[in-house]
Amino acid sequence: MIARLTESFDFHSQALTLRAERQRLIAGNIANADTPGFQARDFEFASALRAASGGAGPGSAIAAGVMTPGGRSAPVLRYAVPSQTNLDSNTVDMDRERAAFADNAVKYESTLRFINGSVRTLLDAMKSHHQG
Amino acid sequence: MSLLNIFDIAGSGVSAQSQRLNVVASNLANADTVAGPDGSAYKARQVVFQTALAAGAGPRDAAAGVRVSTISENTSPGRRVHDPRHPGADKEGYVTYSNVNPVEEMVNMISASRSYQNNVEVMNTARSLLLKTLQIGQS
Repeated sequence: MIARLTESFDFHSQALTLRAERQRLIAGNIANADTPGFQARDFEFASALRAASGGAGPGSAIAAGVMTPGGRSAPVLRYAVPSQTNLDSNTVDMDRERAAFADNAVKYESTLRFINGSVRTLLDAMKSHHQG
Repeated sequence: MSLLNIFDIAGSGVSAQSQRLNVVASNLANADTVAGPDGSAYKARQVVFQTALAAGAGPRDAAAGVRVSTISENTSPGRRVHDPRHPGADKEGYVTYSNVNPVEEMVNMISASRSYQNNVEVMNTARSLLLKTLQIGQS
């Protein structure tokens, strides 16, 4: 019963984990903005989420056993194509990284709001009609 | 918890950039140093950055911090100025100054300070996201 109640969270928690992963990756790119020879990396969020959730959407139930924590495969990383050549062959484009970082932070927060919304819905459903 | 690792990564960036700023400050302070008693003037220094995987990270772990691997010395000869009355002049009347190029150092300083700010901003964003994550389920 509890598993069925928390099923709806699984998709969003998967998305939240991937958002945190991407945030960390971009932070690493920004920290290495001046490292000679460093290649900036990123992953495509949509396909990573599809792979992590087994193609399930936010509404569909997910088979038990697929969502084991830690069993999630790592997203496929891609290397950035430099827009300008750099003498030390560093491919971090600071403008692109900062934009991606801000974008990812906003989307992380929106996923948080989705989770908060479902938690509140569940809690409201558990309340009896005597309570406000 | 991967968001907590951001503090390690951005922190490594901040500390590496502040080390770079330290070296720039040392170079600028010694820009007009003349040769000491041993005959060699101050040589400009520069930090060399290297990607550093976080402690306990496997080879498949993607995000990585940064560290200063070495501090290299610029071995080019120092600036020589003809000034026979200078106490530091050699037999031919030349004074050897340090080989610091102030223009290069100023550019280096601006670049270091920009990167420092970027890393601080990363930390601030991660902090506010983590605080909001802690409030999941609270109305």
